[in-house]
Amino acid sequence: MHKAHDEYGVHLGSLEDVVQLVRSDGTRVNNPGFDPWVDDVSTEQLIGLYEDMVVVRRIDTEATALQRQGEIGLWPPLLGQEAAQIGSARALRRDDFVFSSYRENGVAYCRGIDFTDLMRVWRGSAASGWNPYEVGMATPAVIIGAQTLHATGYALGCKHDGVDSATIAYFGDGATSQGDVNEALVFAASFSAPVVFFCQNNQWAISEPVGLQSQRHISDRAPGFGIPSMRIDGNDVLAVMAATRIALDRARSGGGPTFIEAVTYRMGPHTTSDDPTRYRPAGELDEWRAKDPIARIASLLDARGAFTEELRSRVDEKADAVASELRAACLSIPKPDPLTVFDHVFAEPHSGLERQKSQYAAYLASFGDNDADGTADSDADSDTDGSES
Amino acid sequence: MSQMTMAGALNDGLRRSLARDDKVVLMGEDIGKLGGVFRITDKLQAEFGPRRVIDTPLAEAGIIGTAVGLAIRGYRPVCEIQFDGFIYPGFDQIVAQVAKLHYRTRGNVRMPITIRVPFGGGIGAVEHHSESPEAYFAHTAGLRVVSCSNPQDAHTMIQQAIASDDPVLFFEPKRRYWQKGDVDTELGAEAAPLGQARVVQPGTDVTVVAYGPLVRTALDVAAAAADDGVAVEVIDLRSLSPVDFATVEASVRKTGRLVITHEAAQSGGMGAEIAASITERCFDWLEAAPARVTGFDTPYPPASLEEAFLPDLDRILDAVDRVLGRRNSLTGWKATA
Repeated sequence: MHKAHDEYGVHLGSLEDVVQLVRSDGTRVNNPGFDPWVDDVSTEQLIGLYEDMVVVRRIDTEATALQRQGEIGLWPPLLGQEAAQIGSARALRRDDFVFSSYRENGVAYCRGIDFTDLMRVWRGSAASGWNPYEVGMATPAVIIGAQTLHATGYALGCKHDGVDSATIAYFGDGATSQGDVNEALVFAASFSAPVVFFCQNNQWAISEPVGLQSQRHISDRAPGFGIPSMRIDGNDVLAVMAATRIALDRARSGGGPTFIEAVTYRMGPHTTSDDPTRYRPAGELDEWRAKDPIARIASLLDARGAFTEELRSRVDEKADAVASELRAACLSIPKPDPLTVFDHVFAEPHSGLERQKSQYAAYLASFGDNDADGTADSDADSDTDGSES
Repeated sequence: MSQMTMAGALNDGLRRSLARDDKVVLMGEDIGKLGGVFRITDKLQAEFGPRRVIDTPLAEAGIIGTAVGLAIRGYRPVCEIQFDGFIYPGFDQIVAQVAKLHYRTRGNVRMPITIRVPFGGGIGAVEHHSESPEAYFAHTAGLRVVSCSNPQDAHTMIQQAIASDDPVLFFEPKRRYWQKGDVDTELGAEAAPLGQARVVQPGTDVTVVAYGPLVRTALDVAAAAADDGVAVEVIDLRSLSPVDFATVEASVRKTGRLVITHEAAQSGGMGAEIAASITERCFDWLEAAPARVTGFDTPYPPASLEEAFLPDLDRILDAVDRVLGRRNSLTGWKATA
């Protein structure tokens, strides 16, 4: 076994014991249990998956650049996790419901979320961007693992409603240490909820390696809760899609929850705020670069004679176009009116909050020639920004 | 009109809510076959089935977090937390998820979740079974916090809480569960709104504000003070978020004196909030600084010490004397008016 972190014993992030349908060099591996679930994926559809992955990587690069340029406050890169996100999200139906953490921007792309909505949170203009009901995806949870319980409850509701929709809960390796995730597994198993637990084991919870979180494979835990699990190569888009389809099929047919550990690698920092060179062993990144999910599917397409220069440049052009759309959408987000801070705290009127709002409105209105909406107030703020005088 | 215990009134209110709306589901530990440790959900599972009245695993974050998902799906979950001191494992889901999802989603997702909490002391229980954690939740934006003090309010308020599109922390004074009172079970729109305080005993000399278990005690204070020629006005706050300051303000402008009492510890409690807010609003009408009679800033003590800890008739009367400028435990005979 690969020993990258002696102080925690065995490093559990290696690609041993994983289900793989496409090797790192792009050759197809046969797996009788999984192959039937992706037999229908044509070369044309593989090209679609390749395109998705290139586009979300480009979105990621552009958003990181926007952060470095001071246009957004923070960004959690998904670099390296494209196959895990695209392969699972493209297995979902429109009426399925996604519960995610903050890193599933590739999943959000697949759900058709508008770029302006995607960037609102990171631009600091709103607590969340989109209406969950329009896209079938809840707003991302920042508190680690909280969303797994929401997914379980929603799934229970689907079951009680007698529909065959399922939910999928995305979380990372670090989240499996949280009580909420363990309680979600207990509740899902007890009530046979149609939920897929999709753990992207990207090897690092900020600076803490997966070996600190788990002394065995993460997928080993689920059977103890009475939930079957799969450990798959998360950089193999076909394996991810097959596993997710299996799990969704179980959920839809009354089989209850399934746990998927997608073994992948976060090639960038946890967010734009941290520096992985402080905690990541030398050489680890290079080792995983050789397993890059996009290069792999490109090799597979190449082996089938479908990866042409024309395809590469068409997809790159699309990715660039998406990136510039994303940038324009981000920069178009206006600073909200100060009084909107009071909006949507409650669904029904709340006398205490109404009093604060009316007092603040009166305060804003007291700036003589300025607008009561406070725009002049924010102008004043920017004028004095960074000045000591 | 019929006579009911508060426990019976809550049970009937829950039954009516379950019957009225099939999206209402009850969830909690032991609430099914057992009917809850206080029997508040007695026979409801037998009547509505295990999908409407759900016995859950023993995990408070699990109960609340699963309720969040059900609410996103369009259900109206009613969660029972078995005892006040057990709410803390579910605290994160309540304050970070239940309270904020409507705001976070800019009004697109509603959280019509009711969280029932038997709270407060006076029943000789062991540790973690007698606490008053209401201030944590009243401090959190996005939550409504209420407490009933009598069977009629228990009956109407639980139905209002469940019908509300906002999340409601519903604090039930467990030592009053067996107190009987008249209940008009058909009371509809004429019932006081959920956020409204009520003057339960009119008076002109001192305003005493209480909620939950101490409303009964405050009424005893009013009776005892009346024997002494002092007319105490008792206000049952009913709602801790929002606080109906208009009712308290009107009372204090009349009496000029304010005493607030609760079982929770004093520092940062509801009494501090009410004293500060009423001082801001009624400073020119106050004849004395508002006084608080509360639990101490200690953990809830062992059962044999709870009489010392809980505000009682005499401690509240002492505070009434204080705001009247009469002799009291703090000033002694020197301050006699």
